[in-house]
Amino acid sequence: MKLRLHTLPEVPLEAEVISPDCLQGLSESEAGTLPIFHGNRKVALSEFFELSGQVNKSDPLVELEGDLSRVKLIGHSMSAGRLVINGNVGAHLGASMKGGEIVVHGNAADWVGREMSGGRIVISGNAGHMVGSAVRGSSAGVQGGEIIIHGNALNEVGNGMRRGLIAIGGNTHDFTGVNMLAGTIIVLGRVGMRPGAGMIRGSIIAMERTEVLPTFTYNSTIQPDFIRFYLFHLRKLGMSIKDEFINGRYERWSGDSVELNKGEILMFAG
Amino acid sequence: MYIQSTEIIDTFAEAFKMWGSRFIVTAENQKWARAAGRSVTGFATSVIGCKCEAGIEGELVPDQTPDGRPGVSILLFGFSPDGIGKRLVERIGQCVMTCPTTACFNGLEGGEMVVVGGKLRYFGDGYQASKLVGDRRLWRIPVMEGEFLIDESFGVQPAVGGGNILILGRDSRTTLEAAEAAADAMRIPGVILPFPDGVVRSGSKPGSRYKALPASTNDAYCPSLRGSAPKTALPENVRCVLEIVIDGLNESVVRESMRRGIRAAARDGIVQISAGNYGGNLGQYKIRLNELVQVSP
Repeated sequence: MKLRLHTLPEVPLEAEVISPDCLQGLSESEAGTLPIFHGNRKVALSEFFELSGQVNKSDPLVELEGDLSRVKLIGHSMSAGRLVINGNVGAHLGASMKGGEIVVHGNAADWVGREMSGGRIVISGNAGHMVGSAVRGSSAGVQGGEIIIHGNALNEVGNGMRRGLIAIGGNTHDFTGVNMLAGTIIVLGRVGMRPGAGMIRGSIIAMERTEVLPTFTYNSTIQPDFIRFYLFHLRKLGMSIKDEFINGRYERWSGDSVELNKGEILMFAG
Repeated sequence: MYIQSTEIIDTFAEAFKMWGSRFIVTAENQKWARAAGRSVTGFATSVIGCKCEAGIEGELVPDQTPDGRPGVSILLFGFSPDGIGKRLVERIGQCVMTCPTTACFNGLEGGEMVVVGGKLRYFGDGYQASKLVGDRRLWRIPVMEGEFLIDESFGVQPAVGGGNILILGRDSRTTLEAAEAAADAMRIPGVILPFPDGVVRSGSKPGSRYKALPASTNDAYCPSLRGSAPKTALPENVRCVLEIVIDGLNESVVRESMRRGIRAAARDGIVQISAGNYGGNLGQYKIRLNELVQVSP
């Protein structure tokens, strides 16, 4: 099924129904009546989107076209199938996602994959704040699955992350991996200030040198095989990974000692 | 039926239902991958005496391994998934985790899974850490050299064990050369030859006059017992017999391996090629030699 945004919303749309799970088995007219919120007003999906085709049962695919930067919650709780977005997309993309794949050919706003537990989100451009994070007041962020951002991401990537993988092809801003419980964050570019603050377990892998908090302790410079494994995995997914990262050595810093001290920052050392 | 001057006896190899696993050992270079492979497949010739049968299936180039390093692929066979799980924990723990620079990965998709890394992780004494990539959980076990990386679970699948050929030659030198050529030809993906360099000289029959022994020497094929054993299977001009045992992940690879072995072993000085069986009463597979030979190469 294809959805094309025909009217730009004045205020953000909340369109949780745009996912293969919700659209499967529906005709164009049936799908067009599904409710979305324009600000605080409930409207039909067809008021903003032109729909065509149906979601194939054997290969559940939903394609979206247009400037969706004001459309929130696309792919919410999605459990299977594929969602391909050609254009920029709004906040909370793939929130609470459980399975399937979302591919964005463009940029994404804040809260990409917040509290997701499975599946994969791939963004070809940049992402905003709070990628793969917990919502405020919640103790755990991403509980599984993968988020691949080919560009940059802003603050608090993987806040409260418990499991899974977040890979950033460019740079991140401050507090990457803050309050991490476990899981893996790989940043191929520069990591902002205070990475891993309050982390309990988990790994932050940074390919550029960064200043670590004084509550982290240098252990050794090592060549952990699991990094090779992850980088090969990312290369297979289409990320550009330099050979020197795969064959390189990494400084291991353990922390955060204000917590369990079982987390680690691994910094590429050449 | 003859291939050149070698008679292919109209008989069958009796093979058994077993369970098989495949795992990949990688290392900094091929030398250490090979070292781990040799160690982990040591003392694994016969399931009767060693609790499992194992061998190196082949060497792998970096493009073929999960972490992009050189490696070896290993097959290990046993009579039950549970038994294979125990052998993998013992052998990988003692022979791969101990070997410098290695990592160990499951090499079979689907099928039943047995926990291996999930048990070996306790060696980490609380410092171990897991990583989840998709549905695949890996364990990082800290060791003095760095870390040992291993999959939590390994796949096992129904397999075929005990395919075999017997090479009956005029003298030991010719027979050994024929067996070496056969073993080289028989190593194809999906099979291993668990005995030393693929060849076994002490083929066995089931049972013994001694109650404690489940198997004993195959007297009908011992040239030195031609006059004293109750019966002999050897023509007058046979003075040496060597056997090649094959375990495979399915029947078709075992059959193909045997076919190649027969073709490679047949030559001047090899009087007969036969196969070991128990009258068809024990094994689930009967692989007839004549059928194999009739298949075009």
